[in-house]
Amino acid sequence: MEKKKIVEELKEKFPEKIKETSSDFGDDTVIIDRDFLGNLVQYLRKEPYEYTMLLDLTCVDYLGREPRFEMVYHLLSLTEKHRLRIKVPLSEKNLSVESMASIWKNANWLEREVYDMFGVRFYGHPDLRRLFMYDGFEGYPLRKDYPLRKRQPRIPLRK
Amino acid sequence: MEGSFITTKFNYILGWARKFSLFHYPFVTACCGMEYMSAACAHFDLDRFGAGWTRFSPRQSDMILVVGTISQKEAPILRTVYDQMTEPKFVIAFGTCAVSGGIYDNYAVVQGIDQIIPVDVYIPGCPPRPETVLDGLIKLQEKIQNQEQEWKWKKRK
Repeated sequence: MEKKKIVEELKEKFPEKIKETSSDFGDDTVIIDRDFLGNLVQYLRKEPYEYTMLLDLTCVDYLGREPRFEMVYHLLSLTEKHRLRIKVPLSEKNLSVESMASIWKNANWLEREVYDMFGVRFYGHPDLRRLFMYDGFEGYPLRKDYPLRKRQPRIPLRK
Repeated sequence: MEGSFITTKFNYILGWARKFSLFHYPFVTACCGMEYMSAACAHFDLDRFGAGWTRFSPRQSDMILVVGTISQKEAPILRTVYDQMTEPKFVIAFGTCAVSGGIYDNYAVVQGIDQIIPVDVYIPGCPPRPETVLDGLIKLQEKIQNQEQEWKWKKRK
Protein backbone atom coordinates (compact mmCIF):
# COMPACT_ATOMS: atom_id res chain seq x y z
CA MET A 1 0.00 0.00 0.00
CA GLU A 2 2.60 2.43 1.23
CA LYS A 3 5.00 1.51 -1.54
CA LYS A 4 2.66 2.39 -4.37
CA LYS A 5 1.96 5.74 -2.79
CA ILE A 6 5.40 7.25 -3.29
CA VAL A 7 5.29 6.96 -7.05
CA GLU A 8 1.77 8.34 -7.12
CA GLU A 9 2.73 11.23 -4.87
CA LEU A 10 5.66 12.15 -7.07
CA LYS A 11 3.44 12.07 -10.12
CA GLU A 12 0.98 14.45 -8.48
CA LYS A 13 3.69 16.76 -7.21
CA PHE A 14 5.65 17.05 -10.49
CA PRO A 15 3.17 16.29 -13.29
CA GLU A 16 5.26 17.78 -16.13
CA LYS A 17 8.66 16.60 -14.96
CA ILE A 18 7.96 12.92 -14.47
CA LYS A 19 7.75 11.27 -17.84
CA GLU A 20 6.79 7.77 -16.84
CA THR A 21 6.40 5.59 -13.78
CA SER A 22 6.04 1.90 -13.16
CA SER A 23 5.70 -0.36 -10.14
CA ASP A 24 6.09 -3.80 -11.66
CA PHE A 25 6.62 -6.52 -9.06
CA GLY A 26 7.16 -3.91 -6.37
CA ASP A 27 10.03 -2.18 -8.19
CA ASP A 28 9.06 1.47 -8.09
CA THR A 29 10.61 3.25 -11.05
CA VAL A 30 10.53 6.88 -12.10
CA ILE A 31 11.72 8.05 -15.51
CA ILE A 32 12.68 11.70 -15.62
CA ASP A 33 14.51 14.28 -17.70
CA ARG A 34 18.19 14.97 -17.24
CA ASP A 35 17.66 18.55 -16.02
CA PHE A 36 15.32 17.49 -13.24
CA LEU A 37 17.61 14.92 -11.61
CA GLY A 38 19.29 17.24 -9.10
CA ASN A 39 16.04 18.76 -7.91
CA LEU A 40 14.29 15.42 -7.57
CA VAL A 41 17.16 13.91 -5.61
CA GLN A 42 17.26 16.87 -3.23
CA TYR A 43 13.51 16.57 -2.75
CA LEU A 44 13.67 12.83 -2.08
CA ARG A 45 16.46 13.18 0.46
CA LYS A 46 14.31 15.31 2.73
CA GLU A 47 11.41 14.27 4.92
CA PRO A 48 9.10 12.47 4.66
CA TYR A 49 10.93 10.19 2.18
CA GLU A 50 14.56 10.32 3.32
CA TYR A 51 16.13 8.43 0.44
CA THR A 52 19.54 9.02 1.95
CA MET A 53 21.38 6.04 0.55
CA LEU A 54 22.61 5.53 -3.01
CA LEU A 55 22.80 1.78 -3.54
CA ASP A 56 23.97 1.79 -7.11
CA LEU A 57 24.50 4.04 -10.05
CA THR A 58 25.04 2.62 -13.49
CA CYS A 59 24.32 3.01 -17.17
CA VAL A 60 22.59 0.85 -19.77
CA ASP A 61 23.26 0.89 -23.50
CA TYR A 62 20.14 0.25 -25.58
CA LEU A 63 21.80 0.12 -28.98
CA GLY A 64 19.47 1.05 -31.82
CA ARG A 65 17.02 2.92 -29.64
CA GLU A 66 16.74 6.67 -29.25
CA PRO A 67 17.72 7.91 -26.68
CA ARG A 68 20.41 5.29 -26.68
CA PHE A 69 21.71 5.40 -23.11
CA GLU A 70 19.95 5.35 -19.78
CA MET A 71 21.41 6.25 -16.40
CA VAL A 72 19.96 4.23 -13.51
CA TYR A 73 20.03 5.30 -9.87
CA HIS A 74 18.98 2.97 -7.08
CA LEU A 75 17.98 4.72 -3.87
CA LEU A 76 17.16 3.31 -0.46
CA SER A 77 15.22 4.96 2.31
CA LEU A 78 16.37 3.60 5.64
CA THR A 79 13.44 5.03 7.60
CA GLU A 80 10.77 3.94 5.12
CA LYS A 81 12.58 0.68 4.28
CA HIS A 82 11.82 1.29 0.65
CA ARG A 83 13.74 1.31 -2.61
CA LEU A 84 13.25 3.63 -5.55
CA ARG A 85 14.77 3.53 -8.99
CA ILE A 86 15.34 6.67 -11.05
CA LYS A 87 16.06 6.39 -14.76
CA VAL A 88 17.43 9.19 -16.90
CA PRO A 89 17.48 8.63 -20.68
CA LEU A 90 20.46 10.20 -22.47
CA SER A 91 21.03 10.59 -26.19
CA GLU A 92 24.39 9.77 -27.72
CA LYS A 93 24.94 13.29 -29.03
CA ASN A 94 24.76 14.95 -25.64
CA LEU A 95 26.04 12.28 -23.31
CA SER A 96 26.32 14.16 -20.05
CA VAL A 97 24.47 14.38 -16.77
CA GLU A 98 24.81 16.18 -13.49
CA SER A 99 27.22 14.60 -11.00
CA MET A 100 25.84 13.27 -7.72
CA ALA A 101 29.26 13.19 -6.07
CA SER A 102 28.54 16.23 -3.94
CA ILE A 103 25.41 14.57 -2.54
CA TRP A 104 26.63 10.99 -2.12
CA LYS A 105 30.30 10.24 -1.58
CA ASN A 106 30.07 6.82 -3.18
CA ALA A 107 28.80 8.35 -6.40
CA ASN A 108 32.31 9.64 -7.00
CA TRP A 109 33.80 6.28 -7.95
CA LEU A 110 30.60 4.91 -9.44
CA GLU A 111 30.50 7.82 -11.85
CA ARG A 112 34.15 7.34 -12.68
CA GLU A 113 33.33 3.73 -13.53
CA VAL A 114 30.45 4.76 -15.80
CA TYR A 115 32.69 7.37 -17.41
CA ASP A 116 35.32 4.73 -18.08
CA MET A 117 32.97 2.04 -19.37
CA PHE A 118 30.36 4.09 -21.26
CA GLY A 119 31.88 7.52 -21.84
CA VAL A 120 29.19 9.46 -19.99
CA ARG A 121 30.44 12.89 -18.85
CA PHE A 122 29.41 14.10 -15.39
CA TYR A 123 29.52 17.82 -15.01
CA GLY A 124 30.34 19.02 -11.51
CA HIS A 125 32.37 15.91 -10.75
CA PRO A 126 35.44 16.71 -8.60
CA ASP A 127 37.86 14.28 -10.24
CA LEU A 128 36.60 12.66 -13.43
CA ARG A 129 39.40 10.25 -14.33
CA ARG A 130 39.15 6.69 -15.60
CA LEU A 131 38.86 4.04 -12.92
CA PHE A 132 39.40 0.53 -14.34
CA MET A 133 41.08 0.69 -17.72
CA TYR A 134 44.66 1.79 -18.26
CA ASP A 135 45.98 4.89 -19.99
CA GLY A 136 45.90 4.55 -23.75
CA PHE A 137 42.83 2.32 -23.82
CA GLU A 138 40.61 3.53 -26.63
CA GLY A 139 36.86 3.19 -26.76
CA TYR A 140 34.29 2.28 -24.15
CA PRO A 141 34.27 -1.46 -23.53
CA LEU A 142 30.77 -1.88 -22.11
CA ARG A 143 29.08 -0.19 -25.04
CA LYS A 144 27.26 -2.65 -27.24
CA ASP A 145 29.16 -1.58 -30.34
CA TYR A 146 32.58 -2.27 -28.84
CA PRO A 147 34.01 -5.25 -30.81
CA LEU A 148 33.72 -8.44 -28.75
CA ARG A 149 37.22 -9.76 -29.46
CA LYS A 150 39.07 -6.48 -29.69
CA ARG A 151 42.20 -6.50 -27.54
CA GLN A 152 44.37 -3.56 -26.58
CA PRO A 153 47.39 -5.03 -24.78
CA ARG A 154 49.63 -2.75 -22.75
CA ILE A 155 52.83 -4.59 -23.64
CA PRO A 156 53.72 -6.34 -26.91
CA LEU A 157 52.56 -9.95 -26.85
CA ARG A 158 54.88 -12.86 -27.62
CA LYS A 159 52.71 -14.30 -30.42
CA MET B 1 84.97 -39.47 -24.37
CA GLU B 2 85.84 -39.52 -20.66
CA GLY B 3 85.11 -35.82 -20.51
CA SER B 4 81.62 -36.32 -21.94
CA PHE B 5 80.88 -39.02 -19.32
CA ILE B 6 81.70 -36.56 -16.54
CA THR B 7 79.66 -33.82 -18.21
CA THR B 8 76.63 -36.09 -18.57
CA LYS B 9 76.88 -37.23 -14.98
CA PHE B 10 77.23 -33.66 -13.79
CA ASN B 11 74.22 -32.72 -15.90
CA TYR B 12 72.24 -35.49 -14.20
CA ILE B 13 73.31 -34.49 -10.69
CA LEU B 14 72.54 -30.86 -11.34
CA GLY B 15 69.08 -31.78 -12.62
CA TRP B 16 68.48 -33.92 -9.53
CA ALA B 17 69.53 -31.04 -7.27
CA ARG B 18 67.43 -28.50 -9.08
CA LYS B 19 64.23 -30.49 -9.27
CA PHE B 20 64.12 -31.04 -5.50
CA SER B 21 64.74 -27.45 -4.46
CA LEU B 22 62.09 -25.50 -6.30
CA PHE B 23 61.55 -22.34 -4.29
CA HIS B 24 58.34 -20.95 -5.66
CA TYR B 25 56.93 -17.49 -6.04
CA PRO B 26 53.11 -17.49 -5.86
CA PHE B 27 51.67 -14.90 -8.25
CA VAL B 28 48.16 -15.33 -6.87
CA THR B 29 45.48 -13.09 -8.35
CA ALA B 30 42.18 -14.93 -8.13
CA CYS B 31 40.08 -17.73 -6.66
CA CYS B 32 42.57 -20.45 -7.69
CA GLY B 33 44.57 -19.12 -4.75
CA MET B 34 42.38 -21.13 -2.37
CA GLU B 35 43.32 -24.31 -4.17
CA TYR B 36 46.95 -23.24 -4.19
CA MET B 37 46.82 -22.77 -0.41
CA SER B 38 45.28 -26.19 -0.04
CA ALA B 39 47.98 -27.75 -2.20
CA ALA B 40 50.75 -25.95 -0.34
CA CYS B 41 49.53 -26.75 3.17
CA ALA B 42 49.72 -29.93 5.21
CA HIS B 43 46.95 -32.01 3.60
CA PHE B 44 48.58 -32.19 0.18
CA ASP B 45 51.94 -30.68 1.00
CA LEU B 46 54.08 -29.45 -1.88
CA ASP B 47 57.04 -29.81 0.48
CA ARG B 48 57.12 -33.56 -0.13
CA PHE B 49 58.47 -32.74 -3.58
CA GLY B 50 60.91 -30.13 -2.40
CA ALA B 51 58.76 -27.21 -3.50
CA GLY B 52 57.59 -26.21 -0.08
CA TRP B 53 59.51 -23.04 0.48
CA THR B 54 57.49 -20.04 -0.62
CA ARG B 55 59.67 -17.03 -1.40
CA PHE B 56 57.85 -13.73 -1.75
CA SER B 57 60.69 -12.25 -3.72
CA PRO B 58 61.22 -13.14 -7.39
CA ARG B 59 64.98 -12.85 -6.96
CA GLN B 60 65.08 -15.80 -4.55
CA SER B 61 62.72 -18.11 -6.41
CA ASP B 62 63.19 -20.73 -9.12
CA MET B 63 59.60 -21.33 -10.11
CA ILE B 64 56.73 -18.88 -10.56
CA LEU B 65 53.21 -20.18 -10.06
CA VAL B 66 50.81 -17.93 -11.96
CA VAL B 67 47.59 -18.62 -10.11
CA GLY B 68 44.48 -16.99 -11.52
CA THR B 69 43.26 -14.51 -14.08
CA ILE B 70 45.79 -12.08 -15.54
CA SER B 71 44.19 -8.91 -16.85
CA GLN B 72 45.68 -6.69 -19.51
CA LYS B 73 46.31 -4.10 -16.84
CA GLU B 74 48.34 -6.57 -14.84
CA ALA B 75 50.38 -8.00 -17.74
CA PRO B 76 53.38 -5.63 -17.40
CA ILE B 77 53.62 -6.48 -13.69
CA LEU B 78 53.81 -10.21 -14.39
CA ARG B 79 56.40 -9.56 -17.11
CA THR B 80 58.52 -7.51 -14.67
CA VAL B 81 58.33 -10.16 -11.96
CA TYR B 82 59.38 -12.81 -14.47
CA ASP B 83 62.30 -10.69 -15.68
CA GLN B 84 63.48 -10.20 -12.09
CA MET B 85 63.79 -13.92 -11.45
CA THR B 86 67.26 -15.43 -11.67
CA GLU B 87 68.17 -18.31 -13.99
CA PRO B 88 67.24 -21.12 -14.04
CA LYS B 89 63.56 -20.20 -13.87
CA PHE B 90 60.42 -22.16 -14.53
CA VAL B 91 56.81 -21.12 -15.02
CA ILE B 92 53.65 -23.01 -14.15
CA ALA B 93 50.30 -21.75 -15.44
CA PHE B 94 47.86 -22.72 -12.71
CA GLY B 95 44.17 -22.95 -13.64
CA THR B 96 42.20 -22.38 -16.80
CA CYS B 97 42.41 -18.58 -16.67
CA ALA B 98 46.19 -18.57 -16.63
CA VAL B 99 46.31 -21.28 -19.30
CA SER B 100 43.94 -19.76 -21.85
CA GLY B 101 41.94 -16.93 -20.33
CA GLY B 102 39.17 -19.37 -19.48
CA ILE B 103 35.64 -18.03 -19.53
CA TYR B 104 36.90 -14.45 -19.71
CA ASP B 105 37.03 -14.04 -23.47
CA ASN B 106 36.75 -10.26 -23.33
CA TYR B 107 38.53 -6.92 -23.56
CA ALA B 108 40.11 -7.07 -20.13
CA VAL B 109 41.81 -10.47 -19.82
CA VAL B 110 45.01 -11.86 -21.33
CA GLN B 111 44.16 -15.01 -23.29
CA GLY B 112 46.74 -17.22 -21.61
CA ILE B 113 49.93 -16.08 -19.90
CA ASP B 114 52.03 -17.65 -22.66
CA GLN B 115 51.28 -14.47 -24.57
CA ILE B 116 53.48 -12.67 -22.02
CA ILE B 117 56.02 -15.15 -20.63
CA PRO B 118 57.16 -18.66 -21.68
CA VAL B 119 55.35 -21.44 -19.80
CA ASP B 120 56.77 -24.85 -18.85
CA VAL B 121 53.77 -26.69 -17.45
CA TYR B 122 50.06 -25.99 -17.90
CA ILE B 123 47.71 -27.16 -15.15
CA PRO B 124 44.09 -26.99 -16.37
CA GLY B 125 41.01 -26.98 -14.14
CA CYS B 126 38.66 -24.39 -12.75
CA PRO B 127 40.16 -24.58 -10.18
CA PRO B 128 42.50 -27.60 -10.50
CA ARG B 129 42.35 -30.13 -7.69
CA PRO B 130 45.47 -30.35 -5.50
CA GLU B 131 46.20 -33.79 -6.99
CA THR B 132 46.33 -32.17 -10.42
CA VAL B 133 48.72 -29.56 -9.06
CA LEU B 134 50.99 -32.25 -7.64
CA ASP B 135 50.86 -34.06 -10.98
CA GLY B 136 51.87 -30.86 -12.75
CA LEU B 137 54.72 -30.37 -10.30
CA ILE B 138 56.00 -33.92 -10.94
CA LYS B 139 55.81 -33.23 -14.68
CA LEU B 140 57.95 -30.14 -14.18
CA GLN B 141 60.44 -32.16 -12.12
CA GLU B 142 60.71 -34.69 -14.95
CA LYS B 143 61.29 -31.87 -17.37
CA ILE B 144 64.02 -30.38 -15.21
CA GLN B 145 65.71 -33.76 -14.76
CA ASN B 146 65.78 -34.52 -18.47
CA GLN B 147 66.69 -31.12 -19.82
CA GLU B 148 70.15 -29.94 -20.81
CA GLN B 149 71.37 -28.02 -17.76
CA GLU B 150 73.11 -24.69 -17.83
CA TRP B 151 75.95 -23.76 -15.51
CA LYS B 152 78.45 -21.00 -15.26
CA TRP B 153 81.70 -22.56 -16.52
CA LYS B 154 80.01 -24.83 -19.05
CA LYS B 155 81.74 -25.14 -22.45
CA ARG B 156 79.48 -23.64 -25.08
CA LYS B 157 79.53 -25.16 -28.56
